[in-house]
Amino acid sequence: MIGTELLAGASPSVQALAVIGIVLLEAIALYVGYGAVEEAIGPTVLDRLAKAR
Amino acid sequence: MIGSIAASELLGLGPEIFGLFVAFGFMVGVFFGFFGMGGSFLVTPALLILGYPAPVAIGSSMAFVFGTAAIATMKHHDAGQVDYKLGALMFVGISVGIELGSRLVFGLEVLGIANVVVGVAYVLLLAAIGVLFTRSALDTGDDDGDEDGTDDGGEKGGDESEGDADEVPAIARKIQSYEVPPMMTLADGSRASLWTISGVGGGVGLVSGFLGVGGGFVRMPAIYYVIGTSLAAAVGTSLFGGLMSGAVGAFTYGRAGVIDLGIVTALLVGSALGARIGSSATAYVDEDDVTIYFGLMLLVASAAVGIGELSSWLSMPVLDRLSFVLLIGSALLVCTTILYHGALAVRRTRGVPGSAQRGE
Repeated sequence: MIGTELLAGASPSVQALAVIGIVLLEAIALYVGYGAVEEAIGPTVLDRLAKAR
Repeated sequence: MIGSIAASELLGLGPEIFGLFVAFGFMVGVFFGFFGMGGSFLVTPALLILGYPAPVAIGSSMAFVFGTAAIATMKHHDAGQVDYKLGALMFVGISVGIELGSRLVFGLEVLGIANVVVGVAYVLLLAAIGVLFTRSALDTGDDDGDEDGTDDGGEKGGDESEGDADEVPAIARKIQSYEVPPMMTLADGSRASLWTISGVGGGVGLVSGFLGVGGGFVRMPAIYYVIGTSLAAAVGTSLFGGLMSGAVGAFTYGRAGVIDLGIVTALLVGSALGARIGSSATAYVDEDDVTIYFGLMLLVASAAVGIGELSSWLSMPVLDRLSFVLLIGSALLVCTTILYHGALAVRRTRGVPGSAQRGE
């Protein structure tokens, strides 16, 4: 299991905050990343879907 | 137990189990984006069925809730639909509730009955919500009416439905009329007692901490009907509340070292994409067309968790496998139905100029 050994020797509170920080960074990266992908290929995908037989 | 927890390839997970979590996260994301709920209360049971201990399942689910709520809040923040003051006032109640809920879980873990109690609670919870959704879908089918879209208790992740989003329900106005000090002024100018706000926060926090769920299916209706805000503010603020619930829950369980970041990351990778697609699908698919499938899926999920519990009691691994197949299979079926209806609607509406609206 990954998540508990991130900061060996750190207090449990610091480790918990580190886990929260990592999840928040992941969430922001995914929000921005998928947003860019949606903007770039969304209209094309919908058009192809509309024309698909 | 299905899958190997110890395999180490991607963030401590084997490629197969990592891919499974991404796919499951995608389905959960589609539900969250489309129905505004259905996320975390499927994740914890799935982890329990996979054999993870209750604290790991709940803690990882809480961290996942935090991530999905953060993404959803960013979206609703852009639309100005989050009452941060109300969210902040609920924070204390949510924190206390989660602490109590988590202490209950760890206490039950010491007694060796945490998985059983949490499992049974999930059987009842999923069955109750499933019955509500199925009955709501059947009633809607009978009446062919167009309700405000909130009677199922969901937080729409996409566009608001046709109801008056600025209207505060009568029951909320009645509750607000009882002035129990200290009274707080909300962002929209209405007033609510701090006791009501704290009570709602505490109740939702207890459910969140005990079951590892965001609690949106309870929190959004509670904000709307008990505290009394506009529907749009209730949706946005509930998501912000989910973010706080997730953060407090992740901190509480994180301190105990029971959050598996590999699981959380895999689920988030899938759910962030699924939520975008599910949210977009609300513009094309009539919710009434698929709500009954969602209700039936919850009933199947309830049975799946029950079978998982039976598997432990009877020491029959085959039941564990059946439980897993039922849970994933029913989720896959409903997810496919939403995407299929969405694809059909896109083909229909985009071919006819001016008709690209919900329900066309």
